[in-house]
Amino acid sequence: MGSAHSMSEEVRELVSKTGFSSEQIEQLHRRFKQLSGGQPTIRKENFNNIPDLELNPIRSKIIHAFFDNRNLRKAPNGLADEINFEDFLIIMSYFRPIEPNMDEEQLERCRKEKLRFLFHMYDSDSDGRITLEEYRNVVEELLSGNPHIGKESARSIADGAMMEAASICVGQMQPDQVYEGITFDDFLKMWQGIDIETKMHVRFLNMDAIALCH
Amino acid sequence: MEKPRECKLNHQSVFHLSHKVTSVVPESALLIVLGLILGGIVWAADHIASFTLTPTVFFFYLLPPIVLDAGYFMPNRLFFGNLGTILLYAVIGTVWNAATTGLSLYGVYLSGIMGDLSIGLLDFLLFGSLIAAVDPVAVLAVFEEVHVNDVLFIIVFGESLLNDAVTVVLYNVFDSFVSLGADKVTGVDCVKGIVSFFVVSLGGTLIGIIFAFLLSLVTRFTKHVRIIEPGFVFIISYLSYLTSEMLSLSAILAITFCGICCQKYVKANISEQSSTTVRYTMKMLASGAETIIFMFLGISAVDPAIWTWNTAFILLTLVFISVYRAIGVVLQTWLLNKYRMVQLEIIDQVVMSYGGLRGAVAYALVVLLDEKKVKEKNLFVSTTIIVVFFTVIFQGLTIKPLVQWLKVKKSEHREPKLNEKLHGRAFDHILSAIEDISGQIGHNYLRDKWSNFDRKVLSKLLMRRSAQKSRDRILNVFHELNLKDAISYVAEGERRGSLAFIRSPSTDNIVNVDFSTPRPSTVEASVSYLLRENVSTVCLDMQALEQRRKSIRDTEDTVTHHTLQQYLYKPRQEYKHLYSRHELTSNEDEKQDKEIFHRTMRKRLESFKSTKLGINQTKKTAKLYKRERGQKRRNSSIPNGKIPMESPTRDFTFKEKELEFSDPEETNEYEAEEMSGGIEFLANVTQDTATDSTTGIDNPVFSTEEDQSIFTKVPPWLSPEETVVPSQRARVQIPYSPSNFRRLTPIRLSTKSVDSFLLADSPEERPRSFLPESTHM
Repeated sequence: MGSAHSMSEEVRELVSKTGFSSEQIEQLHRRFKQLSGGQPTIRKENFNNIPDLELNPIRSKIIHAFFDNRNLRKAPNGLADEINFEDFLIIMSYFRPIEPNMDEEQLERCRKEKLRFLFHMYDSDSDGRITLEEYRNVVEELLSGNPHIGKESARSIADGAMMEAASICVGQMQPDQVYEGITFDDFLKMWQGIDIETKMHVRFLNMDAIALCH
Repeated sequence: MEKPRECKLNHQSVFHLSHKVTSVVPESALLIVLGLILGGIVWAADHIASFTLTPTVFFFYLLPPIVLDAGYFMPNRLFFGNLGTILLYAVIGTVWNAATTGLSLYGVYLSGIMGDLSIGLLDFLLFGSLIAAVDPVAVLAVFEEVHVNDVLFIIVFGESLLNDAVTVVLYNVFDSFVSLGADKVTGVDCVKGIVSFFVVSLGGTLIGIIFAFLLSLVTRFTKHVRIIEPGFVFIISYLSYLTSEMLSLSAILAITFCGICCQKYVKANISEQSSTTVRYTMKMLASGAETIIFMFLGISAVDPAIWTWNTAFILLTLVFISVYRAIGVVLQTWLLNKYRMVQLEIIDQVVMSYGGLRGAVAYALVVLLDEKKVKEKNLFVSTTIIVVFFTVIFQGLTIKPLVQWLKVKKSEHREPKLNEKLHGRAFDHILSAIEDISGQIGHNYLRDKWSNFDRKVLSKLLMRRSAQKSRDRILNVFHELNLKDAISYVAEGERRGSLAFIRSPSTDNIVNVDFSTPRPSTVEASVSYLLRENVSTVCLDMQALEQRRKSIRDTEDTVTHHTLQQYLYKPRQEYKHLYSRHELTSNEDEKQDKEIFHRTMRKRLESFKSTKLGINQTKKTAKLYKRERGQKRRNSSIPNGKIPMESPTRDFTFKEKELEFSDPEETNEYEAEEMSGGIEFLANVTQDTATDSTTGIDNPVFSTEEDQSIFTKVPPWLSPEETVVPSQRARVQIPYSPSNFRRLTPIRLSTKSVDSFLLADSPEERPRSFLPESTHM
């Protein structure tokens, strides 16, 4: 990444953009280089090198999320072909733990960002709504790890969940009302009581040794 | 008639009073006071203390149930999620408390305030070690009233459980040191002490795990001895306690980990009734033991023979244990917050220090002391009693107002929401993925690895095959929710009277059950009782409902209906053998079952008839299903089917099961034309369903496998002249005559392949049938 001087400037830029500390950025950069095999960008195929990820039932969705233009804040839809380090960091920054000294507004913003990430994961066609089909898709993938639950039951669970969501968001519906899908606001409503900020984060420690071994 | 009323009023006031009292004063405190009174009476009568809490009784009979109860119902994920914190507090915290208390008391003794006592440093350290430990019984008793948030509770409670190893080691070490004599203690002995700590704690844990493994394995094979399943749970767990006690390892750790490790597999393997039995018995034993412990603490206190008063000692002990605990908690929390995701705030720390209650374990340990070695045993005993009373009564009384004043986050007991579970699961996977991608070995990574291992190896080994299939948390929540909905739905129905379920065709668009009104709990109780006791007799009218407008608006309708399909037909086994062509049943339930079923079938047919001319011509197929004996209903009750989306056709699917009946294809059928006569009724649903589907929510599948099972279980029905009976109670037994058995044709409604179906040889009016689906779970 060029000379030391430009590195630190870039790093500083990244620090201000993503909120990571410089040590964390260094460490993540090392990991990035590992994943990309020295290239400046990562493609989807590079994620296949991570063995543990294979076992993850929703890996395709997660990998998609890395390339999702909405998450990368580039476009309202579509997928990027490759991402560079800055994009990588942007995605990772969704999982930063919340700072202890955040005020209400920052907290709210943080929360919204995290929930938006989730929402984008579920809403695969980028239409701003999570329809039943998309939801079913997600649930099927989620439960695909369990060999004993068939597609049908996954489907019915998805339907049940969708109905629950509808009842939260819309309440008792009129006979001729139609529930299109979960919008982002509905999604927020669903998560109102639960403090996602404390649950949805990964701790980025300075564990060099771990980063180098698979 | 004045008296009864007065009595009633008195009873009510006493009840209210007692309720108010227990919400302010913790039960344990009340019990101690009661014990004191009793002890006073006994002493006044006999002038000797006849009843005391002997260590043997305490350690062998009273403590194990409580700890087992704690372990068996321990929220594992929470526990292991905070294990680092808990271990730190339990080990380091207890050692810190013991050391500082002992040393401070020694220091004060040296200064002479305490007067003339024949105690050495080691005695003080011994005393410190037994008074330092937080007591699980007391914590449970007091925190029960105070509903603090789960994390806080698990930390304090976990600490109280796990510090047993430390206490045991310290106690034994210092006890042996005291017997040796202060001058003979060498460095080697100290090292031995430290090593023995590891041996005791890890050994105890290992024993617990081994016995948990044994227990899970045993319950896997108890299918034919269901009655004694609960016995196994208790006996094997108790064995773990005794074994580790025998090997001088930490018995509390053993039984705790036995409970923790076995709970998942045991709960999966044993039957519902056994599970309930275990739960209730455990709770009963635990609360009984707790009550006895506190009462005896009170009674044992009234023993003038042991009373030695030394103001300085007692007062200072109280001061030291509180102060040093607070300091210890603060220091450790400061250290932990560097590594914890969820920080522990000041409020939490206050509750943790204040909630460090001492209890009967300390008392039992102090009574165990040998008077010849520890000369001031009586002083220790008195002090311990006072400390225990102080913490339980005073701290117990004041902790609730403190918690409220500090606005501690309370535990939220929310209804389990399916969405939460789903998203929770999604989180776990996402977080593990992020950890994998970023190359960290984090919490999620470990948990993921463990659950993979568990699924691949342990569950296969320890869980019954039938249980393995259904043991998914999301599924469980789903079932729970459905069942809840079903129960409330039926309760509502009962409240309204079953007539409410019968709709006139004109009002078919309106949900007849209003879920917004609060339901009387009495009805609900009776219905749920009904559901559990007599499942099949509960209103099969739901079936009728399903026929009607399957609109997405009737979300509750369909979910419950759907659930009822799954759940109401649970106890099928007992009917199985009653089913034969030649056997007439005399079972009362059978009658009702059949009657209701028949009624419903008629309704259904009527509705089909009305839509006969429409697009949807569905037929019912009857197939025989083998119901595997003992197969858990849950497995099979997962509905499968398709929801009509854009296509106007409806697919009804059900699971296939093998045929078991010795009789060949008994099928049900109903001849429509026979029915047309007396049937009046119901809504015409099917017509509209096709048009309902939107891209939004659709009806959950309603599986017709249950219907089919009904068909096969219930003899084919007949009796055309019988009209729809509004009441749910059967009045007439419907005879069934084998000669009317026919077979039905399914109509292919979708392009899905059909495995097999029976050909109908029925007359022109083709009965409807449902399509068997080739795939099943």
